[in-house]
Amino acid sequence: MTDLAQETVLRRSVYKSEAFEAQLRRRYRAERRFQLAGIASIAFAAVMLVVLLTTIVLNGYTAFWQSRFDVEVFFDPEAITPSGSREPAVLSAGDYPALVREALLAELPEATGRDGRRAVMEMVSSAAAYRLRDMVLAHPELIGTRLKVSLLASDNTDQFVKGHIPRAVSEDKRKVSDRQVEWIDRLTARGVLASHFSLDVLTQSNSRQPEQAGMWGAVIGSVMTMLVTLGMAVPIGVAAAVYLEEFAPKNRWTDIIEVNINNLAAVPSIVFGLLGLSMFLDFFGMPRSSALVGGVVLALMTLPTIIIASRAALKAVPPSIREAALGIGASPLQVVIHHVLPLAAPGVLTGTILGLARALGETAPLLLIGMVAFIVDVPGSLSDPSTVLPVQIFMWADSPERGWIERTSAAIMLLLAFLIVMNAVAVYLRKRFERRW
Amino acid sequence: MRLDNIQMSVANRQGPAVRAIPSVNNKITARDVNVYYATKRALKDINLDIEENRVTALIGPSGCGKSTFLRCLNRMNDTIDICRIEGQIQLDSVDIYAKAIDTVQLRARVGMVFQKPNPFPKSIYDNIAYGPRIHGLAQRGAEMDEVVRSSLERAGLWGEVKDRLKEPGTGLSGGQQQRLCIARAIAVSPEVILMDEPCSALDPIATAHIEELIDELRASYTIVIVTHNMQQAARVSQKTAFFHLGEMVECNDTEEIFTNPRDERTQGYITGRYG
Repeated sequence: MTDLAQETVLRRSVYKSEAFEAQLRRRYRAERRFQLAGIASIAFAAVMLVVLLTTIVLNGYTAFWQSRFDVEVFFDPEAITPSGSREPAVLSAGDYPALVREALLAELPEATGRDGRRAVMEMVSSAAAYRLRDMVLAHPELIGTRLKVSLLASDNTDQFVKGHIPRAVSEDKRKVSDRQVEWIDRLTARGVLASHFSLDVLTQSNSRQPEQAGMWGAVIGSVMTMLVTLGMAVPIGVAAAVYLEEFAPKNRWTDIIEVNINNLAAVPSIVFGLLGLSMFLDFFGMPRSSALVGGVVLALMTLPTIIIASRAALKAVPPSIREAALGIGASPLQVVIHHVLPLAAPGVLTGTILGLARALGETAPLLLIGMVAFIVDVPGSLSDPSTVLPVQIFMWADSPERGWIERTSAAIMLLLAFLIVMNAVAVYLRKRFERRW
Repeated sequence: MRLDNIQMSVANRQGPAVRAIPSVNNKITARDVNVYYATKRALKDINLDIEENRVTALIGPSGCGKSTFLRCLNRMNDTIDICRIEGQIQLDSVDIYAKAIDTVQLRARVGMVFQKPNPFPKSIYDNIAYGPRIHGLAQRGAEMDEVVRSSLERAGLWGEVKDRLKEPGTGLSGGQQQRLCIARAIAVSPEVILMDEPCSALDPIATAHIEELIDELRASYTIVIVTHNMQQAARVSQKTAFFHLGEMVECNDTEEIFTNPRDERTQGYITGRYG
């Protein structure tokens, strides 16, 4: 007993010694340093994210405003249908640019001569003439009347109005001439030229002219591609995971398969594009640039992610549930379908949505199977040529005109919105299924 | 001192009812059963008869193979890849390891209750109804309601849960969950119920509940129970088998084992010298 008492005294003195307190202080300092480092890294990530999002939004929000000339157009019968015929073929061949020109020249009488007329026409988009043609084709009774029409301004005019083309530089370094600057100022002051809120950037299909380009075709292409990916990757991935985790014997073959699945998850996506090119396009002759082939390639790319996530989720289901079901005579398949899979569903869903989110943002493999083509039409079926949002962003970002910058940013905003929605759905589904416990 | 206690509890339990059981059939017979986990031999030449409508307790120190033996009786060991079984186990004189035997059918006849209560994360009603539903024993609706009610009644749980059958089974207390698992096993009308330390995760009151229940169930089922608790073995069983290091050392009437063990290892264990 005395030994024990002595030892206790000794120990107490150790805890009160100078050396021990110094060590204690060192420990606390180390802990504080670690916490500070953690906070600093989170702050750094947050700042970077804010900078990124702010840049995108500041660059992109102007894409939802478009400059237009509100002018009175005279639907001149001489220009539209010199022969007087009202046949659609004749009407669609009319000289609509002339109507646009006359309407603008009425506002700018000092623009004379060939140069003046060309300078005026540079300020308005080629879409303006198409708009008038479509109006006449829809309502031939407009011919011979005057009507206030809103005509889309050209990209350069639009960018100047938005302040993206600086006024202070010399004329030869500016896309807008001094004369055009003066006209723009005058028409803006008179209220003829103004910026209007417009969702054209979302609802129009692609175009060579930035002021006319929209991303609806890419949105539809992305949706169709994702549907193909989802429809193919989820059943195959979940079935493979269930088989490997619940049924397959553990031997050398399943080990090899497992290692290869893990390797596949790390294969660069462009390799899947090459596979799609040589297999689906060359060998099977599937339609080039189509959402079908794109979806299949992305499904192959997503499969390892889904299999790995699903296997982890299945592994996390407590074995007691399997034993309980087996113990009352459920067959192995019933055990999986009635008990294990429902419990693993949140994990499977999360893995699936993360895989799909990656596929949604994927560009490289789609370039190889031809989805980078310039496609004006909105795809109507899985085999139609189409493009997807990230490829659209890639193509727009690659174009020189100033107008593409804001449209690229707008497309990025839409893509991010898609991703946020998908992740929100993943979180919601997770919460919902987890309530079953 | 401990042996005296056990003997007393054996003496207390003894009544005319136990003695009244006539000579009984062997429900399960195990002959020369060997079990290997990979190369490790977990059970050595087990020969054991399990009598019908009696409670047989398997006792022994941890790792002695009693749970392994129990899990051989409904082929739950089949789910372990590295596990290999030799010898013969007969249920009603039919080899359960024969090719023609279907494990689904076998496990419906030989139900199991596990150490840790493991209700499905479903409603109390669905926990009970699941077995009858997959085996097609009862039609959805009134017939199933009746199966659920009678199973819960036999497990002594009906009064406590009859107003909340739609609530999740995982929300019950530990003892109630274990009775729910027993009711779930009963619902598929098994002939044998295997219990793997059914009370080890429960408090004494819940344990007493389960023990009473086991005694009542004996009339209709053959019960094999693995337990670490020798008082429990003495209280609930008529036959006791003592396992040690993969061998079945001794099997006899419970009374006989606890009052007059033949093997000195048995005596050592029940007097608390090891285990």
